[in-house]
Amino acid sequence: MSELSAPLDDHTAEIGETIVHLDHKRLTPAPPAGALEDMPVFKVNARRELGNVVMRKNLRFATHTIRQKRYTRIDEVGESRWQQLRTAAEQIKNRVGRHLDTYLEDVEKKFTEKGVTVHWARDAAEANQIIVSLVKAKGVHEVVKIKSMVTQEIDMNEALEAADIAAWETDLAEIIVQLGHDRPSHILVPAIHRNREEVREIFLKEMKLYGKPAPEDLSNDPPALADASRQHLREKFLRAEVGISGGNFIVAETGSLVIVESEGNGRMCLTLPKTLISVVGIEKIVPTFQDLEVFLQLLPRSSTAERMNPYTSLWSGITEGDGPQEMHLVLVDNGRTKVLADPLGREALRCIRCSACLNICPVYERVSGHAYGSVYPGPIGIALTPQLRGIDHPIDKSLPFACSLCFACADACPVKIPLPDIIVAQRHRVAEKKQASKRPHIETTAVAAMNWFWKDAKHWELALKAGSLGGKAMDAIKMRKIGPLPYPMSTWTNARDVPAPPTQSFRDWWRQERGEQ
Amino acid sequence: MSTAKDVIMARIKSSLADVPDIAMEEDTPIDYTYGEVLPMDDVLGTFEEALIDYKAAVTRVKSADVPKAIAKFLKDKGAKSVVIPVGLEQSWIDGMGKFSVRKDDPQLTNYELNDTDAVVTAARVAIASTGSIVLDHAPDQGRRALTLVPDIHVCVVAADQVVSDVPESVTRLRDSVLAGLPLTFISGGSATSDIELNRVEGVHGPRKLCVVIAE
Amino acid sequence: MDRPGEGLRVALFATCINDVMFPDTCKATVKVLERLGCEVDFPMAQTCCGQMFTNTGYYKEGLATVKTYLEAFEGYDYVVAPSASCVGSVRHQHPMLARWAKDVELEKRAEAIAAKSFDLTEFIVNVLHTTDVGAFFPHKVTYHTTCHSIRVEKVGDAPFQLLAKVKGMTFVPLPNDEFGLNTANECCGFGGTFSLKNPDVSVAMATEKVRNILDTEVEYVVAGDNSCLMNIGGILRRGKAPIKPLHIAELLAQTEEEAK
Repeated sequence: MSELSAPLDDHTAEIGETIVHLDHKRLTPAPPAGALEDMPVFKVNARRELGNVVMRKNLRFATHTIRQKRYTRIDEVGESRWQQLRTAAEQIKNRVGRHLDTYLEDVEKKFTEKGVTVHWARDAAEANQIIVSLVKAKGVHEVVKIKSMVTQEIDMNEALEAADIAAWETDLAEIIVQLGHDRPSHILVPAIHRNREEVREIFLKEMKLYGKPAPEDLSNDPPALADASRQHLREKFLRAEVGISGGNFIVAETGSLVIVESEGNGRMCLTLPKTLISVVGIEKIVPTFQDLEVFLQLLPRSSTAERMNPYTSLWSGITEGDGPQEMHLVLVDNGRTKVLADPLGREALRCIRCSACLNICPVYERVSGHAYGSVYPGPIGIALTPQLRGIDHPIDKSLPFACSLCFACADACPVKIPLPDIIVAQRHRVAEKKQASKRPHIETTAVAAMNWFWKDAKHWELALKAGSLGGKAMDAIKMRKIGPLPYPMSTWTNARDVPAPPTQSFRDWWRQERGEQ
Repeated sequence: MSTAKDVIMARIKSSLADVPDIAMEEDTPIDYTYGEVLPMDDVLGTFEEALIDYKAAVTRVKSADVPKAIAKFLKDKGAKSVVIPVGLEQSWIDGMGKFSVRKDDPQLTNYELNDTDAVVTAARVAIASTGSIVLDHAPDQGRRALTLVPDIHVCVVAADQVVSDVPESVTRLRDSVLAGLPLTFISGGSATSDIELNRVEGVHGPRKLCVVIAE
Repeated sequence: MDRPGEGLRVALFATCINDVMFPDTCKATVKVLERLGCEVDFPMAQTCCGQMFTNTGYYKEGLATVKTYLEAFEGYDYVVAPSASCVGSVRHQHPMLARWAKDVELEKRAEAIAAKSFDLTEFIVNVLHTTDVGAFFPHKVTYHTTCHSIRVEKVGDAPFQLLAKVKGMTFVPLPNDEFGLNTANECCGFGGTFSLKNPDVSVAMATEKVRNILDTEVEYVVAGDNSCLMNIGGILRRGKAPIKPLHIAELLAQTEEEAK
């Protein structure tokens, strides 16, 4: 194991370099300014995204298509077999979570035996520091990388850019996002919000600035666009000295890493360069090689709705004469051990990033990943992000409420994460914080009032009388419905009428008809 | 000074304070039967259908006709230059006909591989239900770059290498993994669904996958 | 029509929203249950399932309603409510809240009563084992499968089995979308406080639901939860659409004799 806690003076030098390079031309296209966690609250982002008609159309098409295909694939497997696999996955990943320390020791030992240098990173900054140092040690100014959620989570590309290293995304959707100066909007298909015409425009405009240009007569036909990406990236793959990957699974038993992909860009990145750096969350472990039979059946069907994805690579350290001869594994915590502390919340660590929960979510479908201010959008995002990042930022506080509790995600999740329950538990954290605050709040005041009514039926009778009185008053003036009301009820009545309450509650009717029992 | 590992391990131990100190098998039992065979009437036929579903080219031939089948695929796909792994069956090479065949010894550079049209390999295991071929990159399949950079991959699968489903394949591949060999599962040609979730064949890996099933 | 409920003592859980806003649904529930032979009680000590608290994150307050619910209903063999959502909360969230409070005794009691609590349609089909309740409804209707009925309480096709036996009725299913997906199971966008906290998304969801309902050209949109129907109905009324929301209990309560 190598511990890369850089000495203080080294760190200072890096900061100095960053400042110098601020004035320099960037090596890669600049992403949108500002940190994700500084975005406005969900409601505000959602309103903005709802107004984006093209995006909504693209997203509806994509999510509905994939939903339908997913059902077909599950039908092929058969409902009872599918449930067996889900339960097995749940149990396997629970075992990993509940004995993570043991498995991590196994992982370090096995990987080290196979010639891989294992690094540990407490947080994003430490992970980036390790990665930057490793790349710098190779004396190169560019790396090719495989799409990986954890490298997005730690914002690795920008850390490399600041150190004068270009990190090239190689997944088709990721280049669309990178070249489009955009942010991913989906964990599996990051450019799901873009249609073919938008992709064509981005390729024509940007590819020539960073390498092989797109053909001038590029059409918006997806095969032509895929070919442009093949041509553009080929030179980068062939000359790459360093590749960076994430990892879908770490096999503790055999010291293996697994990458599940479609395009072959992953195989390029982990086969052609001389050095491979794999950055992986500590929860990505499966105990044995045989356990993969469960996940290789669940993941492709849940993510791209295929029987099997085009390519899955597994490697166990360095293979002489085949692929990179120097390998590093960076094990990242970055909040995961905090998630682990909550027996319910830790169930989210079973996630295999398939995105079935995003694709089924009626909220995600309408607002896209751009409304969530997190690299993890949709149900898993609102269950996990407030646990990883905490609930101090306004966006993080608002995320758990971006859900109508329709429970569709709970049924779709291949590893049976009780997403709605975890989401509600995050709401509980937010509510506790509001109640602990000294400032009066309309919600906590209303809750306190309702609590008084509902904790005792005698109190509840008073509320019912008030309701009936209101009903009688409206009845007297022949009002049959409630139209627009002031805030906060206006959020409801702006679009809907509410029926007038009846003049007699059921309880009073019962008492009148049947007497007190 | 404690290392990052020490800190992370300490965090984990404190987070898992509720987990009883008993054997993990007892704490979290897994009631699932591994390695089960998926009953199917026609394993080879299922495999062939699944491959066609991925738009791969498939042919089923007698073992003796493998070289002819390879040559036909290479010709049909317009391959001129061919690279072969060091341990490829000699009779296949002999019967392949008039292509510019180069053995990967000494190893071709990335650029040389990029200028090569096709690669011909054997396989380790194939999976009928998912139409997947698994390479363990033994000498008859070659190092990983070989089956990645050239645009045409002609792969010979022996009938007895085809298993029903993923669990059976994982059981069969165990020895390869324990021996330290890397694995590549290939299901059709390289593809992407990244534009409007439309599956498009042919991105970075070989765009033409041709499978010879030797019976 | 047989009376499979003969000899069964059933407590009606009106649910707070029905008690104050939709008493007709409760009356209809009583009527159907009594028609099937059940002896119906209405324990006055009941209030609310507390899901508005729990779902908004107010666990302490939710826990208070778990106790109220137990006190009101613990003595009964069966508790029946005209709301799959509220029963779903009793089944799923009450034990969860007890676990949160680390109250093992309460969790046991909550689990026990959860097993005896049913939504009306589920009770009729799975406990009374009948599907014909003698209903007559000479109208064209469609059915919205509420989220909590299908995915939390898991009533399955119980409502559809009951609707299939209603005399005189024309049933038009909610359409599949252009991708072949069944829109009946899609969320109407209500989601309790979700509709207040994220009104724009909620309305976008409700609008799509209403569009699908309008496509069926029915007279009534029927569901097993008045909360969802209030949301759907609110949009329909604002748009002056001729389709009326109706709880399934009220539909099942109607008989041919009364119609004459």
